Order: sequence, then structure tokens, then C-alpha cells
Amino acid sequence: MKLVNLLALSVSTFAVMGSGAMAQSGLEGMTIGFSQIGSESGWRAAETSVTRQQAEEWGVNLQFSDAQQRQENQIRAIRSFVAQGVDAILLAPVVATGWEEVLSEAKDAEIPVVLLDRGIEAPEDLYLTSVASDQVLEGRVAGEWLVEEVAGEECRVVELQGTVGSSPAINRKQGFEEAIAETDTIEIVRSQTGDFTRAQGKQVMEGFLRAENGGADICALYAHNDDMAVGAIQAINEAGLAPGEDILVVSIDAVPDIFTAIAAGEANATVELTPNMAGPAFEALDAYLNDGVEPEKFIITESRLYTAEDDPEGEAERRRGLGY
Amino acid sequence: MTRPMRSLVKPQFVALALILLLNWILFPGFFSFFVRDGRIYGSLIDVLNRGAPVAILAIGMTAVIATRGIDLSVGAVMAIAGAVAATMVGDGTPLFIVLMAALGVGLLCGLWNGTLVAVLGLQPIIATLILMVAGRGIAQTITEGFIVTFNDPGLIFLGSGAMLGLPTPIIIMATLAVLATAVFRLTALGLFVQSIGVNESASTYAGLRSRALLIGVYAFAGFCAATSGIIAAADIRGADANNVGLWLELDAILAVVIGGTSLMGGRFSIPMSVVGALIIQAMNTGILVSGFPPEFNLLVKAALIIVILVVQSPLAGRIWYFVAPSRERPPDDRPSRTTATSAEGGPK
Repeated sequence: MKLVNLLALSVSTFAVMGSGAMAQSGLEGMTIGFSQIGSESGWRAAETSVTRQQAEEWGVNLQFSDAQQRQENQIRAIRSFVAQGVDAILLAPVVATGWEEVLSEAKDAEIPVVLLDRGIEAPEDLYLTSVASDQVLEGRVAGEWLVEEVAGEECRVVELQGTVGSSPAINRKQGFEEAIAETDTIEIVRSQTGDFTRAQGKQVMEGFLRAENGGADICALYAHNDDMAVGAIQAINEAGLAPGEDILVVSIDAVPDIFTAIAAGEANATVELTPNMAGPAFEALDAYLNDGVEPEKFIITESRLYTAEDDPEGEAERRRGLGY
Repeated sequence: MTRPMRSLVKPQFVALALILLLNWILFPGFFSFFVRDGRIYGSLIDVLNRGAPVAILAIGMTAVIATRGIDLSVGAVMAIAGAVAATMVGDGTPLFIVLMAALGVGLLCGLWNGTLVAVLGLQPIIATLILMVAGRGIAQTITEGFIVTFNDPGLIFLGSGAMLGLPTPIIIMATLAVLATAVFRLTALGLFVQSIGVNESASTYAGLRSRALLIGVYAFAGFCAATSGIIAAADIRGADANNVGLWLELDAILAVVIGGTSLMGGRFSIPMSVVGALIIQAMNTGILVSGFPPEFNLLVKAALIIVILVVQSPLAGRIWYFVAPSRERPPDDRPSRTTATSAEGGPK
């Protein structure tokens, strides 16, 4: 089972990295420190296990440090990495500010730092590069899927937003709106926050269904994350409609449970927030340390769309193995 | 004016009626409902169904607040009970044992709180803050950080099934409210709880076993929280330890205060706390069906709560008696004052 997961992962990694796969020995034997935020969500746990797997493939000796949501723990971890004289540091920063001092220490020790998943407010010369997803793009990919799916027909969309004011909620909303702006047949008729949780997703969807003629007037649901979509799917079922058919469901993140729903025909598409931030980071480090190539300052990971055609059962199984 | 007439014009009922009316203006289909498969659907049912978890928390919270205490841990206890139920049912344990275990864990949490308050003499707000913080961690440890999902039809029934045409949570809420009210009102228990809230040491000198009663009251709140946690988990078919019951302790306290029980202890009313919870949920449901942008959610809620508390304030009560036409001035306006003082010291 573990072996199968590893195999599936390495296949996908090869596919993503293309030519990079050939040069994987470049970091062989190097020591790289990884300061992770914690394990507050399934995605975070998956990012940790994917990073470990990537390190194994590259032959990297990974020093892992779990900060348990505290910046002071991360600062301490970075100082100890510097003291150890590691070859590079991966940092998933818990907050955006307060990094200048400790990153200057790493810079003085000539240890390159790669930011994973989140950005920071600090001079750009303090880190080598930042690997993150483009949240606007994620929303746009979801929107483009819907545009193609309804193919010019009228479509009234309800939207489950993330936590009000959070950057994924703002950006994923913006991206989706950009995508559907191309057509005048798709419009968002209701939009409300579900706080990124299943319970709120379900409750808010119930409200949408009541307000939109028992759901008969709703053509599609766009949820800013999969968990809200999973809750909403239950609400649609309980209202006597068929999610995935009567109401199309598209969401973002690609967690295992949404693949189970896609396999059951209750959801239609999800956009992946890849947990593989380490792969591109190692690639950049390889190029920098071995060939002296400065990477781009912001590396954007792929936002891939998954539908029923992408082996949802297999994806659900594989992702559960990653610790989602 | 006779007592039943007076109880009909309680400001809470006026507030609930006004909010429902407001919802109806914003969304004309608010009062319509339909029956499918022997089950009633509609926004009013949604208010009762979605309000049930907070209403059940408020039932336990009322008893605690009546003793001049407070229980901040109920949201975390919900998470623990949900986590216990979901993991055990996932392991194939029979439903009856699962429910006993989850409710038992809630009782234990309540006993812990009660012991800290009654035996160690800690301030209730601090004593229960401990479990509020630690409890969510305990729940996350039980679920190992995952959302533990399940497919047991019996457990799911408690969250999204229906009895007598109504969603199960409504039936559970109503049963618990009636039973609790009966126990507190038909026995001397209610009076004991009230007297502890008014003056604990005087009650002890008068021969009350205050310590045991206090522990019992917190255990009851823990039991209610566990019930609520089971319903919340059953509703989404999974235990979401990070999010379930988050900040619901504040909603429960608000429900009790809106219901007219003073945070200073003493007089309390469980049915009115349930009405308070339904007022809060009527606002939430109204916001959902009205189509306001989500940025306004908290603003609308805060504004309505201020209005409700102002209407219930002692000053408003006095003005009401002054302007109310053709109404005999009550020989002694203390009953109205006691109802009205409830609004003092609202949590928000």
C-alpha cells in the first residue's frame, strides 16, 4: 500500500517535473532544514509527507522541525539550522512579518532560504525564491471549467465563500469572476460565507436552496474549498435534488473526500492546491547550488483540474495515504 | 393584568416576531413550507433545526448562569463528544454504547468543571476557560487531526433524520427543554439553584448542599454540550474537531441573556433561553436567505442584538409602562424590573 502510494506519487512527480527528473542526483547527500508551520489541516499534513517523499527521492537528508503554529519556534529552528550549517532551508512561514533578522543571519551564513506556500513581508534579497500556488488562478480554472461545461447555456451560480477577508476567499472569488466574465450567460446569484467548514457549508447551502425556489433555480455551486462543497452536497441531497446533476458542483483544494464525491457522481470538478511545494523548491535549489542559476523570485505551482475522468477513486485512495 | 397575559407580551416574543417579520419582508417565501416524504421543509423549520444545537447548549448554560457561574467550555466539549462518537462508530461499536460513551465524556467534562469551581473554588470563567482551550486539543488528539467521517445510519439519523415530520434535532431539543424545565420547576431543584446564585454562603448555611449542587449543574451543562456535539457531528456525518462548536459558547451565553436570565445569577428560565437561541438563529437564517453580502453578516447581527437588548433594558421597561395606554399600573412593578434587568451586562 505504501509502495503503491510512493509509486503513484513518483509517477506524478516525473510528469510534473519533466526533465528535472533526470537531474535528481544533484542534491544527493545534502542536508536541508524544513521548518513547517504545524499540522493544523489535512493539506498541511500532506505537504509534510510529500516533502519527506521528495527529499527521499532527491537523496536529501531532511531535517524536519514542526513549529506548532508559533513563529518563535520557527525562528529557533532556523537558528539551529544555521548553527548546524545546513546546505539550504525550506520555510513555510506561519505569519508574514518579523522575519528580517533571522533571515539576515541565514543570508550571512550563505544558506539559501526557500519559502513554501505563503509569502512574507521582507526584502526580496533575504530569500532565494518563494514557491506558492496562485489563488486567483485556482478560481479562474474552476470558472473556466464551468464556462466550458455549460457551453453557452443560462447558468445561475451560488457561491460559498471562504472566511470573510481571508486572502484565499478574496483571490478565489476574483479568479472565478474573471473567468465567467467572458460569458454573459453565467451569473453569481447568491454569495455567502461558509467559513471554509463543512457545517457552515451545509447550513448556508440550505439557505440558498430555500431562497432559490427549493434549488430548482440553481444551476451550479462554486465553493472556495472542498470541505464546504462536501457539506453543501449533503444539503442538496436532503433537499431531494441530485448534486452533480441537478446542481453542478465545482470547488478547490482536491482533498480525498471530494474525490469520493466525484466518484459517486455528486461533485463534478475540483482544482488542486498541490501539496508538492517541495518538488519545485528542490529543483530551484539544485539549479542554484550546482549551476549557480538564480531562480525566479516567485515560482507558481500548477493548479490542475480534476474531474470524473481522472480516476477519482484512485486519487481519493492515494491522497488518504498522504495524511490528508 | 393577569400573569398569563403578561407573559405573552414578554419582549423576547416581540423580538422574535419582529425578526421573523423582517425575514419575511426580505424574503417573501420565509413562512412557506411544504411536505415531502412525510417531512416538513421550510425556513421556519430551518430556524428550529439549526437553532437546536445552541438551544441545547443554552439549556445547560441557563442552569450554570443561574448559580452565578458561566461555562466557556461547552463548544470544546461539543468537539470532544463528536470526536468520541465519530471514532467509536467508525470502529463498529454499537450505536447505544457510542452514545453512552459520548454523553458520558460530556458528563465527565462537566464534573471536571464543577470540581474546579465548587471544590477548588476557582472563578467559573477561569475554571471553564481551561477546558475551553484544552478540550479542542483533546478532540484533535482523538481524531488525530482528521475530519473523521462515518456512514452509520443510526447516528446520522440524530443529525439529519426526521421524527413526526420534524428534523430529529428539533425533537431532541424540545424533549430536553421540557424535561429540564419539569425537573427544575416541579421539584425544589430550581429554587435551590436560584438561591445559590443569589447567595451561595447563605444557601449553604441554610442547609443546602451547595457544593454537590454546583458540581451537578456543571455536569448537566456538560451533558447538554455532548448532546449538541453528537447532533453537530451527525449533521455533517463527520467530526470536525477544529471547527465544531467554535465560539458557540458565546452564542449560548447570549441566548441565555436574551432569554432574560441575569449573569448575576438568581432567577432563570429555560424556555426563555431556548427562545433566545431561536432569536439568534432567526437572525442567522434571515441573513442567509436575504442575500446580503457576507461582509455585512456581523454588522447586521450586532445591530439587531443591540436593539433587542435595548428593548429589554430597565429604562425601556419603565418608559413602556409610562406610555402604554389604558394599562393599569401594576401595584408593584418589581416583576417587570427583574425581567428587564436581564439585559444588563450582555456579553457583546
